[in-house]
Amino acid sequence: MTSILGKDLTGLEHMTPEQIRLILDTAEPFKEVSERPIKKVPALRGKTIVNLFFEASTRTRISFEFAEKRLSADTVNVTASGSSVSKGETLVDTARNLEAMRIDMVVIRHPSSGAAEFLGDRIASNVINAGDGKHEHPTQALLDLLTIRDKHGKIEGLKVCLVGDVLHSRVARSNLWGLTKLGAEVAVCGPWTLMPRGIEELGVTVFGRIEEAIEWADVLNVLRLQLERMEKGFIPSLREYYRVFGVTPERLERSPRAITIMHPGPMNRGVEIDSRVADGPHSVILDQVTNGVAVRMAVLYLLAGGRAELADAAKGGE
Amino acid sequence: MPRPKAEDRTILLDARAMSRALQRMAVEVLELAHGTDDLVLIGIQRRGVELADRIAKLINEQEGTNVPRGALDITLYRDDLGTVGPKPVIGETHLPGDLTDKHAVIVDDVLYTGRTVRAALDELADFGRPKRISLCVLVDRGGRELPIQADIVGKAIKTGAGDRVEVQVTELDGRDQVDVVR
Repeated sequence: MTSILGKDLTGLEHMTPEQIRLILDTAEPFKEVSERPIKKVPALRGKTIVNLFFEASTRTRISFEFAEKRLSADTVNVTASGSSVSKGETLVDTARNLEAMRIDMVVIRHPSSGAAEFLGDRIASNVINAGDGKHEHPTQALLDLLTIRDKHGKIEGLKVCLVGDVLHSRVARSNLWGLTKLGAEVAVCGPWTLMPRGIEELGVTVFGRIEEAIEWADVLNVLRLQLERMEKGFIPSLREYYRVFGVTPERLERSPRAITIMHPGPMNRGVEIDSRVADGPHSVILDQVTNGVAVRMAVLYLLAGGRAELADAAKGGE
Repeated sequence: MPRPKAEDRTILLDARAMSRALQRMAVEVLELAHGTDDLVLIGIQRRGVELADRIAKLINEQEGTNVPRGALDITLYRDDLGTVGPKPVIGETHLPGDLTDKHAVIVDDVLYTGRTVRAALDELADFGRPKRISLCVLVDRGGRELPIQADIVGKAIKTGAGDRVEVQVTELDGRDQVDVVR
């Protein structure tokens, strides 16, 4: 007996194209809720959601919190510093203690890959992955997919290139799964030190020069250079990186198409992306942020009602 | 879930009867609202939206006006997410501006338990404070679970809990017809 999305959302790798489309379609009407004079619907009234963030985050945590509040859920934020986590409590103990207070869902961000799935297997509450190590960041990829679909009217057949630090990027990994499942052609571009080994085997084109990627692509998703995750010399210097791989207006001018520009944020202006591109007419970077709230509302809504014990009642319902 | 062995389907309203009912409903809406000055017609997704469009068209032809229309999807205001699970596809909600001091007439195809209307009233309250809200339905099939009554009814019948009332409209289903399936 399975519900529409299952109990947890830990990544896009094991989701079906139908499930991904369902989330995108459900997100559409939620966009309108955020435009209302009273930006709130009672769908998740009485549900308690814990945002468990073991890593710094501004955009994602606020986006989840808005999504939760606009669905009338009650929310609590727990961060690693200033909680019992800093006293050495394990992840599962933290979550079990929260569950003992009768919560319904956990949104987790964690520096270890696989943390969300690990937690989901051990607690009864729904678990949503808000980024785990270098593994996945599924809601970011879903909002990217929604933004691409809004701009181009489709995803199938589009050429999307992920630019930059693919190696350290969970955003890139989730995007790769989502885009290929929905029929887009995917490429990556960046210095070879930041490309994962064997990525060609996933059917992904690899460009060593940004000029080639620009000539090929309909959409550039420019990834953040994750300065905090780089232990050793992956790139010679930031200025060198900008000179070789920076997405600039001069480079984009050579493209025969108007390329849609995306960035998951936070941007390093003047490193991976030029300010004139980030603020230019083909940038959908702020649309991504707006869509993030709608996509997260859709995921919360579908998971909240999609529990296994409710699936039977649903079949006899209405 | 036990399935009935044979369905007994009878036509409650054919296309002509439905057309006559809608014409009468349009006249009653005009009388109830004392004209069209503050009138707003709000259809409930799905088929209420089409019926509200029909009634608006009939009023506009008679009065030479352009009555504002809206559409409401009440899915997110339902009180039974916990028992029936989410409805995957949620319809569009759009209202023609602020409803404060308007006379809002909610239009739906079938009035049954009253729970949809309860949800619609809650949702409308989040869009402003209409001076009056009325309810206009094509079919009232009885069976109320809440103290809610329609102001305007196209056709009233008594039905049992296992019965279905199926409304078809040309825009979505290719023809106008209301069936009762027992």
